[in-house]
Amino acid sequence: MSALHPSSQNASALAPAKWRELLRDALFTFVLASIVFGPITGLQLKGLDFIANWQRPMWLAIIVTLGRVLFLTALNTDWLKNRLQRSAIKKAQATTVQTAQEWRRWAAISAVAALVAFALPFVFLNNSYVMKSLLLAMIYVLLGLGLNIVVGLAGLLDLGFVAFYAVGAYFLALGAEHWGLGFWGALVLSPLLAAALGGLLGFTVLRTHGDYLAIVTLGFGEIIRLVLTNWLAVTGGPNGLPVPAPTFFGLEFSRIAKFGGTPFHEFMGWEYNTNMKFLFLYVVLFWVLALMIFWIYRLRIMPMGRAWEALREDEIACRSLGINPVVVKLSAFMMGAMTGGLAGVFFASYQGFVNPTSFTFFESALILAIVVLGGLGSIVGVIVAAFVLTLLPEMLREFADFRILAFGILMVLMMIWRPRGLIRTRRPVFTVPER
Amino acid sequence: MTACNNLLTVRQLGMRFGGIQALSEVDFSIAAGSISALIGPNGAGKTTVFNCITGFYPPSTGSMELTLEGRSQDLGKLLSSGLFGGSHRIARIGIARTFQNIRLFREMTVLENLLVAQHHQLNHNLLAGFFRTRSYRSAEQAAIDNAISWLEVVGLRDCANRLAGTLPYGHQRRLEIARAMCTKPRLICLDEPAAGLNPHETEELAALIRQLRQEHAATVLLIEHDMGLVMGISDHIVVLDHGKVIAMGTAQAVASSPAVILAYLGVDESPNTEATV
Repeated sequence: MSALHPSSQNASALAPAKWRELLRDALFTFVLASIVFGPITGLQLKGLDFIANWQRPMWLAIIVTLGRVLFLTALNTDWLKNRLQRSAIKKAQATTVQTAQEWRRWAAISAVAALVAFALPFVFLNNSYVMKSLLLAMIYVLLGLGLNIVVGLAGLLDLGFVAFYAVGAYFLALGAEHWGLGFWGALVLSPLLAAALGGLLGFTVLRTHGDYLAIVTLGFGEIIRLVLTNWLAVTGGPNGLPVPAPTFFGLEFSRIAKFGGTPFHEFMGWEYNTNMKFLFLYVVLFWVLALMIFWIYRLRIMPMGRAWEALREDEIACRSLGINPVVVKLSAFMMGAMTGGLAGVFFASYQGFVNPTSFTFFESALILAIVVLGGLGSIVGVIVAAFVLTLLPEMLREFADFRILAFGILMVLMMIWRPRGLIRTRRPVFTVPER
Repeated sequence: MTACNNLLTVRQLGMRFGGIQALSEVDFSIAAGSISALIGPNGAGKTTVFNCITGFYPPSTGSMELTLEGRSQDLGKLLSSGLFGGSHRIARIGIARTFQNIRLFREMTVLENLLVAQHHQLNHNLLAGFFRTRSYRSAEQAAIDNAISWLEVVGLRDCANRLAGTLPYGHQRRLEIARAMCTKPRLICLDEPAAGLNPHETEELAALIRQLRQEHAATVLLIEHDMGLVMGISDHIVVLDHGKVIAMGTAQAVASSPAVILAYLGVDESPNTEATV
């Protein structure tokens, strides 16, 4: 490590010492690499005997040493040193206050991103796989935004978020079966139901904090899943329930209209395309998300959002300022649950079928990972992390067996390099008039 | 309101934590518009009294009354009234406090800290906030203006958009006072406001406390170990030791009280007392 921090002044005077240090480091690396590679690659088994092969470990050690030397010389260049220093400074200031210039840049980037997000499914209209992946990623964005309210803004660690997701999805399935509820009806009503459940959960966990809260919410998530699995008469148990295709002004997105009427493609006079359903869901979800992002953005600068963040920072101080923590916690739980319920409706419509295996603890963990990796409280971070964590496993299909392992490694690396998540949260800025 | 009106009356206050009697039969009152101090050796129960007054501990026995415009309110009742009772109710009727170990919202900006304190003067309607209606914007702007004027008072105007946690220690102390004042309190309780401040900053603090009383109609109650500050600004001093009030009165009266000298400096070393220890 000592080679990392030579003083940059008097570089010429220090040069010989630096070279010596580099040489010593290279030698050390070579010896170490030989020791490590020697027994592994140097001994070739032949029956019960073995042949000592000294060439292979030597070449490997030389490669490692060369890499080390290159790395060290690169570290010594001013350019890299400056970069490292700058990133270290950035890392030290965890949260930053947003400047007007930054805001303009963000606005431009997000406008382009929104345009791309809107156009993508139209480009891939005939690629069912890409369409489904995109739609799923968007659903996770919505889930991440919901949990972000509870965990990121209000600081209440919720490990059972999947419960609200399940409630939204099953509400559509059961509603369609018993009361003829459609996609649009569920879209309006399921947030209300989920919010009521969120309020109920919030009410029971009012007095718990931190780890205890996490355990209780974890239990809540499991209760919902177990009820769905075991209440055969109503939920169909592990066999699940069918979900009708979504409709657009009564026109169904399926090959044959199950409830009478005309399917969408017949009405338009088009060939039937299974992707039309996904495209439709995507477009609706896109607007729901746009509204949600705007809503959360506004919430952060509204009294309620500020109270959430204040509660996360210090509950006792909140009480001393006359803020009722009960109301603040309940509102955060309800708002988060509402979003989860909404995502559930989209998921059920997307799958055309619901069963309890979609709502295991792993889902909760994944959503939490999205929020944590994205940066607690950061809207952009959640969106980026949701896409990364849902699309990356798709791209790495070949390594499916190692998916959880890769996931864990990613988490560990993130916590080392970016403990505050991909995107740091930025505080809103207020204009202070000149004196 | 005349100066001899009592704003806060504490009667027979007792606080017991399991087997420890932290406070017993504490009686004192605070005149409206005064600066009062609560002093005593470490572990005397000063912060416990504070926590009782500001609603963080429900007292075991006794009562506390806040009298505003001739109307008395029992603080104990506000604390225990079901789900919606609690310490936040105390803050809402006009008692604000600061903390011995600073409790700012560290990852929020200085201005946001002051806006949170004005939570109840703002428009809470979610739809109004979503559409930014005129009434919402005017309430928000009024809160921001009020916050900026308070930043002016404590000399932190230039730091408005900095994160509260990044401020120097002395500034954080002043910000906490400004935040408490933003709740428009009648009584402000300062828990060791001068702890960790240098002599110059302590002088500024004394000036600030006087200003709170004179210009902002606040009654001040403080706990403090810095005797120079306490003697300089207090009209009335209450001395606690081992959970009991041992002396009360003006600075001079308290300073010359034998009971106080005994509590602070101890008794003469004599074989007798050593044996009982």
